[in-house]
Amino acid sequence: MAKRIDVKNLNAYYGTFRAVEDVTMTIEPRSVTALIGPSGCGKSTFIRTLNRMHEVIPGARVEGSVHLDDADIYAANVDPVGVRRTVGMVFQRPNPFPTMSIADNVVAGLRLNGLKNKTVLAEAVEASLRAANLWNEVKDRLNKPGAGLSGGQQQRLCIARAIAVEPQVLLMDEPCSALDPISTLAIEDLITELKSRYTIVIVTHNMQQAARVSDRTGFFNLVETGQPGRLIEMDDTHKIFSNPSIRATEDYISGRFG
Amino acid sequence: MTTIDLASDARPNAGRPDAPGPNLGLGLEHRSRGRAVRNQLARIVMWTAFAIAMVPLAWILWSVISKGGAMLLDSHWWTNSQRGITNRVVGGGAVHAIQGTLMQGLVTAVIAVPIGVMTAIYLVEYGRGRLATAVSFMVDILTGIPSIVAALFIYALWVTTFGFQRVAFAVVLALVLLMIPVVVRSTEEMLKLVPNELREGAFALGVPRWKTVVRVVLPTAFSGIITGVLLGLARVMGETAPLLILGPYTKNIATNLFGGLMPTLPTMINQDRTEVLQPAVDRVWGAAATLILLILILNLAGRLIAHFGRPKT
Ligand SMILES: Nc1ncnc2c1ncn2[C@@H]1O[C@H](COP(=O)(O)OP(=O)(O)OP(=O)(O)O)[C@@H](O)[C@H]1O
Ligand SMILES: [Mg+2]
Repeated sequence: MAKRIDVKNLNAYYGTFRAVEDVTMTIEPRSVTALIGPSGCGKSTFIRTLNRMHEVIPGARVEGSVHLDDADIYAANVDPVGVRRTVGMVFQRPNPFPTMSIADNVVAGLRLNGLKNKTVLAEAVEASLRAANLWNEVKDRLNKPGAGLSGGQQQRLCIARAIAVEPQVLLMDEPCSALDPISTLAIEDLITELKSRYTIVIVTHNMQQAARVSDRTGFFNLVETGQPGRLIEMDDTHKIFSNPSIRATEDYISGRFG
Repeated sequence: MTTIDLASDARPNAGRPDAPGPNLGLGLEHRSRGRAVRNQLARIVMWTAFAIAMVPLAWILWSVISKGGAMLLDSHWWTNSQRGITNRVVGGGAVHAIQGTLMQGLVTAVIAVPIGVMTAIYLVEYGRGRLATAVSFMVDILTGIPSIVAALFIYALWVTTFGFQRVAFAVVLALVLLMIPVVVRSTEEMLKLVPNELREGAFALGVPRWKTVVRVVLPTAFSGIITGVLLGLARVMGETAPLLILGPYTKNIATNLFGGLMPTLPTMINQDRTEVLQPAVDRVWGAAATLILLILILNLAGRLIAHFGRPKT
């Protein structure tokens, strides 16, 4: 069920400001791709173009194409809502719905899209929470508010919520940046497990994390602030971290950036 | 005052050479004294302003309760109307007026709340460009309309143009005009408080925008919206101008919104306000105390819902 992502000549704008320029990349199914780069280089903007979340911001638009296998998600007859069911997303800050219980949070996507069958929902709650490595911690308090969990648990709840709708691609924008090292490890393990079923794209500022979890790494950079971000280099993760072919990449990952 | 300590030498390590003492030539001691004085001055000004603001409030409450409070203790007050009772006679109650006020308030809310909430949803969740600016501007104008103007507008429409009789429903229409902007503005504030991350979280699950609004945004803002509605309702229930123009007083219980007169607490107060005979004067104060009590209850209910209904984020 995982899908290949093919991005061609993608530009992303906020109004007249071009935040991402001319990105072309291929992301293989059942792999983890890490996107790294300095702050403001357009990683979040880029990852949000992969599930058409970019355009919910007023004035934001996208040029170029993104194909999931053979389907262009920016084709005129494609419903962005459908795209987002296929390409799930986890955000930097955990955002469980405050009015819903843990269980309701997990199946929020299913219920809000009309699924009513109680047994199916209950199964989805358990399966998704197990997949997100959260089941054992919350199985006795499924009806308690989701906001009552710790930050790391909330983030795993959000991952469970994202995989409950059975997407084919999972996008994660700095999913661990608000978490402690233990929770971070839990999520990294989870990413490695989920890789067998999903195509995963993760944005991170943490080089070790990129090196630990990803198969391929893309380095974004920008010439200076106010200029658009570009994809500088993309390659196998071990290659990027041991022997990058571009100087700027090497400078960035070795911390000699400036 | 912690600022004074800096200037004095009575600190435990004041003599130690390595202690960051006050006499480093930074002028700390002078500045802190000046600030202490200014701080004290500002405090006095604030307390005075507060006291001045409280005086009329306490005074009003005191006179209304001392003169009208006793009426509320009589159970007849809550069960009888003024039917067949003249200004010379003690007795009767205010149930006709209470009922009219509550009924008109309720119907006003039933009409104004959906319109106001949906307008606010449009403005916050959908509104872009010219139309949204225009709607927002209209709401601003509506907010500024004096109640007498709203009343005269409905009068011109209902009586002069359509030639209908003055009925309670015309009052309701005028109150609706006054309540809508209050509901729109308070609901808007509450919707803006809902973090954008929740909307994006729902969008990212493939939930359409309208469903995100109905199932995620509105429940999150619910208690705040209810609070705003109750506060708005409390405001229109004490409104008098529309009642004077469109809803004359009667002593009898009335339930028909579309025919005959419907008494309310403000018109009951107005009716006997020039009376000199004691029984009538007592009833005026009683009606005033009742109105304040009703509005107080609504306000308290609003605050309670705001306090207990807020979801934990
Ligand atoms: N909503 C927005 N409106 C206008 N400009 C925006 C918006 N969001 C981001 N930008 C701009 O787009 C550029 C790229 O931002 P983006 O958030 O994609 O960077 P990033 O690589 O994710 O940075 P970080 O690592 O700090 O998260 C920046 O110059 C930013 O100021
Ligand atoms: Mg970012």
